Amino acid sequence: MINTNQVGNSELVAAGPAIIKRLSRSLQHRWKSIVIFIPYFWLFLFFLTPFFIVFKISLAEPAIASPPFLPMIEWADEGILRIKLVFENFVYLWEDDLYFKTYLNSLKISSISTLLCLLLGYPMAYAIVRARHPYKHILLMFIILPFWIPFLLRVYSLMGLLADRGTINNLLIYLGFIDEPIRLLYAPFAVYVGIVYTYLPFMILPLYANMEKLDASLREAAADLGARPVATFITVTLPLTTPGIIAGSLLVFIPATGEFIIPDLLGGGNVLMIGRLLWDEFTANHDWPVASAVAIILCIVLVLPMMLYQRTQGKQVED
Amino acid sequence: MHNTGQRSRFLITVTCFGLAFLYIPMALLVFYSFNYSKIVPVWGGFSTRWYTKLFESEEVWSAVILSFKIATVTACFATLMGTLAGLALVRFGQFKGRTLFTGMITAPLVMPEVITGLSLLLLFITLGDLIGWPERRGFTTITIAHITFSMAYVAIIIQSRLAGMAQDLEEAAQDLGAKPFRVLIDITVPLIAPGMVAGWLLSFTLSLDDLVIASFVTGPGAVTLPILIYSRVRLGLRPDINALATIFIIVVATAAFVAWWIMLRQQKKRELEMQMSSEEG
Repeated sequence: MINTNQVGNSELVAAGPAIIKRLSRSLQHRWKSIVIFIPYFWLFLFFLTPFFIVFKISLAEPAIASPPFLPMIEWADEGILRIKLVFENFVYLWEDDLYFKTYLNSLKISSISTLLCLLLGYPMAYAIVRARHPYKHILLMFIILPFWIPFLLRVYSLMGLLADRGTINNLLIYLGFIDEPIRLLYAPFAVYVGIVYTYLPFMILPLYANMEKLDASLREAAADLGARPVATFITVTLPLTTPGIIAGSLLVFIPATGEFIIPDLLGGGNVLMIGRLLWDEFTANHDWPVASAVAIILCIVLVLPMMLYQRTQGKQVED
Repeated sequence: MHNTGQRSRFLITVTCFGLAFLYIPMALLVFYSFNYSKIVPVWGGFSTRWYTKLFESEEVWSAVILSFKIATVTACFATLMGTLAGLALVRFGQFKGRTLFTGMITAPLVMPEVITGLSLLLLFITLGDLIGWPERRGFTTITIAHITFSMAYVAIIIQSRLAGMAQDLEEAAQDLGAKPFRVLIDITVPLIAPGMVAGWLLSFTLSLDDLVIASFVTGPGAVTLPILIYSRVRLGLRPDINALATIFIIVVATAAFVAWWIMLRQQKKRELEMQMSSEEG
């Protein structure tokens, strides 16, 4: 095998072996460093740093000024550096019932919605896995398709369905079940429907991916050994699909907890969720330190589910 | 299989219900976009006047143009950097700060949008005070924000594609004397090209889809399409938004159908080739 590259090198190597070796190695090294450095630097600047700024501002003292908080580090008169940390914002969150209730309400809404997604998504994923060849791909496409339609417009489509003079109310009045429209939109019900509607594909796809890998022979073995379908499901299928259940549930639960668009458009003023509260605190009340504190607490609430999700994802990539 | 009659019926019922749940609201949306009446759910005869109104609106056009510009720039940069990040994670082994890097790649995927939006806005304000950049928020700040969360998705796509691929080809090229950079360009990039295309498309849609983060980091005058839609539908149903949504749905459905058809054809071709080669063997 002729290798021009090595021939060229070997001539040079004769001239100064150590130097060339080191040079080429450092060049090779540097090339890799650049590849790592670009995304690393970007994420450091635009993901990690902003996060520390939020943390910093959450510990600052609110003020009527621009920006609306007092500097944390300042030179006192005697030339002494004074660092002032204020935990008042967090104390305020703790003492004001509104925030506590809103966090609890967010968690309640997102947990119930996650459960509803699971109850609806699990049989659907199972049906898709067991569907025959051409139908399987068509069904899968119908589950993926909503991803490509703007989230906002999908939420909007529910407004038309649930409004006081919307399709459901019109239909019920037409059929004579009710005389007056019932309040569906701008109520907690609409928020649940909205979350299940928009996040259902996030539940189905990880479940599908998980079930697809399952060995059908295990199920058949259980059946051959005399297990009834329900028993087979509980003892074989369900435990084996736990990773899919966890991944899907977290993919619904985490974003649903911080959701802003759905409670705002479908819940109106009647449903308090933390994402909306943060937004109002920042834009309407102009209270940056409290908004930052709300964000930090939300992060703390979600850090466990997020880490759990990262771990399951990491495992899947390794598999 | 035996004893599955009842179970299959249950599965089929739930699946039909789920699909109906997913698609009926959108079907109604399309239907009412052709409604003459100004009040969306009250049928007043067939009309395309909301489409005319939509196309005549300068506000809508400038929002569409801004959103497509942001999405295009975002998709290109996010694909580039996400690919680099995915490569580094799978092919470079251990390097300094790898744990932090992995964390920073996956965290944006699960971070609530309100937090990402708030934190980036506060960064831009802080930077503006410190170094005078960005002077005003708008196109640049929205694009930077979108690149940051989109590149994470691209990195995951590239990572999973590379992880499932043996290094044989790359190693063979290296053994034949190709320099690492040549290996990257001639072997690795063609191998991950489908992933890069998927990443580009995903970044483009993610950017086009984003309301929350853009609302935080935008400035006066920079109204993206989602921000425009949001400001209109907050006050209730709007027939012109029905028309806009219908256009989106038609474009997506057509693209999906074309993609599906191409995939089907390729699969048939592959099956045919495999059949032929097995017959030869």
